Amino acid sequence: MSFLDYAPAPESTALLNLRPEYGLFIDGEFTDGHGESFATISPATEKPIARVASADASDIDRAVAAARKAYEKRWSTLSGRDRGKYLFRIARLVQERARELAVAESLDNGKPIKESRDVDVPLVAAWFFYYAGWADKLDHAGLGANPRALGVAGQVIPWNFPLLMLAWKIAPALAAGNTVVLKPAETTPLTALLFAEIVQQAGLPAGVVNIVTGAGETGRALVNHTDVNKVAFTGSTAVGREIARAVAGTGKRLTLELGGKAANIVFDDAPIDQAIEGIVNGIFFNQGHVCCAGSRLLVQESIHDEVVDRLKARLSTLRVGDPLDKNTDVGAINSAEQLERIRTLSEIGEAEGAERWSPACEFPENGFWFAPTIFTNVATSHRIAREEIFGPVLSVLTFRTPAEAIAKANNTPYGLSAGIWSEKGSRILAVADKLRAGVVWANTFNRFDPASPFGGYKESGFGREGGRHGLAAYLEGGVR
Amino acid sequence: MTIDNAVSPAQRALAVLGDDVTESALKRYLEGLPGVDATGLEQRAAALGTRSIKAASKAWALDRIIELIDLTTLEGADTPGKVRSLVAKALVPDATDGSTPRVAAVCVYGDMVPFAVEALGAAHAAGRATEPGDGLVNVAAVATAFPSGRASLAVKLADTADAVAAGADEIDMVIDRGAFLAGRYGTVFDEIVAVKEACRRADGSYAHLKVILETGELNTYDNVRRASWLSILAGGDFIKTSTGKVSPAATLPVTLLMLEVVRDWHRLTGERIGVKPAGGIRSSKDAIKYLVTVAETVGEEWLQPHLFRFGASSLLNDVLLQRQKLRSGHYSGADYVTID
Amino acid sequence: MSTHLSVPKTYKLFVGGAFPRSESGRVYEVTTPKGGFLANAAQASRKDARDAVVAARAAVSGWAGATAYNRGQVLYRVAEVLEGRRAQFEEEIAAQQGVSGAVARAQVDEAIDLWVWYAGWADKFAQVAGNANPVAGPYFNISVPEPTGVVAVVAPQQSALLGLVATVAPALVAGNTVVVVASEAHPLSAITLGEVLATSDLPKGVVNVLTGSPAEIAPWLASHDDVNALDLTGAGELEWIDLEIAAAQTLKRVLRPLAGADAVAPSLSRITALTETKTVWHPKSLL
Repeated sequence: MSFLDYAPAPESTALLNLRPEYGLFIDGEFTDGHGESFATISPATEKPIARVASADASDIDRAVAAARKAYEKRWSTLSGRDRGKYLFRIARLVQERARELAVAESLDNGKPIKESRDVDVPLVAAWFFYYAGWADKLDHAGLGANPRALGVAGQVIPWNFPLLMLAWKIAPALAAGNTVVLKPAETTPLTALLFAEIVQQAGLPAGVVNIVTGAGETGRALVNHTDVNKVAFTGSTAVGREIARAVAGTGKRLTLELGGKAANIVFDDAPIDQAIEGIVNGIFFNQGHVCCAGSRLLVQESIHDEVVDRLKARLSTLRVGDPLDKNTDVGAINSAEQLERIRTLSEIGEAEGAERWSPACEFPENGFWFAPTIFTNVATSHRIAREEIFGPVLSVLTFRTPAEAIAKANNTPYGLSAGIWSEKGSRILAVADKLRAGVVWANTFNRFDPASPFGGYKESGFGREGGRHGLAAYLEGGVR
Repeated sequence: MTIDNAVSPAQRALAVLGDDVTESALKRYLEGLPGVDATGLEQRAAALGTRSIKAASKAWALDRIIELIDLTTLEGADTPGKVRSLVAKALVPDATDGSTPRVAAVCVYGDMVPFAVEALGAAHAAGRATEPGDGLVNVAAVATAFPSGRASLAVKLADTADAVAAGADEIDMVIDRGAFLAGRYGTVFDEIVAVKEACRRADGSYAHLKVILETGELNTYDNVRRASWLSILAGGDFIKTSTGKVSPAATLPVTLLMLEVVRDWHRLTGERIGVKPAGGIRSSKDAIKYLVTVAETVGEEWLQPHLFRFGASSLLNDVLLQRQKLRSGHYSGADYVTID
Repeated sequence: MSTHLSVPKTYKLFVGGAFPRSESGRVYEVTTPKGGFLANAAQASRKDARDAVVAARAAVSGWAGATAYNRGQVLYRVAEVLEGRRAQFEEEIAAQQGVSGAVARAQVDEAIDLWVWYAGWADKFAQVAGNANPVAGPYFNISVPEPTGVVAVVAPQQSALLGLVATVAPALVAGNTVVVVASEAHPLSAITLGEVLATSDLPKGVVNVLTGSPAEIAPWLASHDDVNALDLTGAGELEWIDLEIAAAQTLKRVLRPLAGADAVAPSLSRITALTETKTVWHPKSLL
């Protein structure tokens, strides 16, 4: 056996104490749903993990009513200090149950355990800690004295960072004094349901947090519910557009975190080894299921061949496989549906004339897998250079001058994130100024922090999550 | 006005720089290398450090760590007796387990080389190529006014030649950090070339030359990268992080960076250069992180004594404790391994 | 002494720094509240809206790229020129809105003061709306507000000048460029404002003024892919929900209708609502 094969190092699932079935979490209790329950499966094995209730319109009514009652009777009468203390409790409980949450997340989502363990769950705790402290300091949020909460927030989150997106939504909403009804994604409801248990352990007043599971129809019912004051959505631009239309004229406040097609720009004076790591982290982190993924590599023509060579060598050391193995770098694709989309777009890439490369990978028999893939000879007009693939697929394009790099980077309806790699400070700052993207990572990529606002320009959505800016999405005082 | 001092030609530098091996050409070349982003480098090293090495992989790793150790004593108080004791430990690391491999080399001051050679007896590699498991042990000597390097070139060369004549298979030299930090790359280059020449034995073969950068004094990663290239260009067989006398000594990010240089040199020339982190690596857990870093940066083939070494003393016993645990299934204690 | 026969002004559009007629050739009659003829204003068409967006887009990089100090200076210069033209504004407001000279004067005062207030924000709002973010790691991390791009505005319909200033000025502060549909009933002040802007160092295309029917023009702006934000402050009487729905196609930022004093109050959030927060990360290290 070669040393590099590393013996399996599976994370134990023994500490998981899952129930065979989960109901909806409404008004502080798990209750049955009136829709048809569904199984959530592990994308790495296709084996069912648990059955989960589906909320229909009547269940959404119940959940929103519970949130409304909790808002009127309890949460809005509580001091900011006490709201904060509940959030601190939640943060601590997340830390205490970190290992369990990480295992559940990897099991349900397919992401490598080292990511859920080292990135997702620590950030979840950090998010609650950060916003907990804001709860009694809203006067200093820059929205005037004593800003008012909006009321009931309806929140719909995606499957790529299930628990982290929940934290991004719930922590600022509660800190600002709102109550919430949150719908996790259909394929990844598990950690939200474990979070409901944490809410119970924290003794949060009933109805402040409600978790409703289900598919698109459930989400639609929530977004369209007339007693919801605020809609927050993270997901695809197509659905975001639909929600923006549905919300039009209702006066509901809206924030949207949508798709992206980020340019990761590598100049010829880049710190090359770190740039390679940044490119890999940019697109293969979380199987590329990242809205801010650096999916378009813009590399200066003079170093194109060298970068591609180094990239290929580096990709050959990526370990694709069992998400629960501590040495796995790239896990399973979240669903059969997503796998199909990645396959289709990759085939289109080949058909359009781009050159496809992947390292040799051995996959388990079952589950949804896609090898890390690089396309070279990609033109800006190719679909793989324009459409969000949301998978481990990198399109490599070239540029000759900084002006051309900026023009190509901005030539997209999206504007969520971008990367710059250069050792020249003045150029980094000038390029960062000109990129039409909400997050610009210079000489790094895919960094997240609760203190750091995140969100897009253009069709990547509007509003910011994180930082002081993230509070504005849940308080009166903005025009929007 | 600066006048280029033509530096002694070295084969590698000629191949890479062309005929123009001058102070200014070296400077241009080294300063033209891509920069290093410290945060990114440290993050990559930290990520490599999270690999979980279990079961058969761990057993293999523990034995291989022993086979890669330069078991070291570099004290002012060293005596022939201390060196004999060190050699005994090198030959029989764990008296309770005959399957324990021997270390790669013992590393001593130059005046202790004869005692080490004598104590090794037939196990002394004495210039023969070694393989893991062949039972042969090299003698490595620190030279060139180790650890500071502050002496005249003549003294450094004599120091080197003495150790080689006494039977040292490997010379661990220090670079002139003062000259390097002052930008006098030609001086550093010339000195390495000269020391390499002093490594030549009567039969025309060479003792292996490990070039110690003393990365703790070079301070920045850009300096470490330049010094690594400079040392390789001047003919070093190994690049080594530290003397162990300066803090910080070896760190995982510095070693990763040096491995990246070695990888790039191999891409450029097809030639394989060794890397030796030294100082501060005390636990098996840490040493395994280095093995992972080597394997994932330059490839597993580097995990051999002629391409990778640990400069260490207390590391050996921690590895032995871990081996005993793997064998017996329960945890061992310090009294169950010999102190030297 | 002979009496001077007055020379009435032809009110055209203000697009790309020029004063073209509507490409449609259409005009409509602007009257006093009692129906007295004041002028024929250009009735902008969808193609005029298209041209205005092209001009506004072309002006974004220059205006957004100017230093904040420079933008503040230019905007302040506009206030100076407005002040110099106050008599004309007062006269036009009095005529269009049928108000007394004192009321017209008060509106001009307020408009000038509002413009000065916004001009002063140009080099300050980023300090108030931006942040240095204390992230948990060795990174320099800063958030700054940037202009969202091209803003289409339906100006408040009740006032001739104040509503226009209250919507256009805040959009300009951050470096956006504007296509504004003026008050349908009182469009003359908007074109006179165009003349002020044309002589105030404001680069051409930064503000483009359309007169005519907001109900006709606004849908074309709301659905235009190259418009980044839609300010519907003055669209309360229109089918504005349809406009918001149309804006959703490209996820435009939408400011919903607002009436009364709130619509013309000085407001920092009017500036920030038309900005995008950009967050930049860079590693920090001595090594």
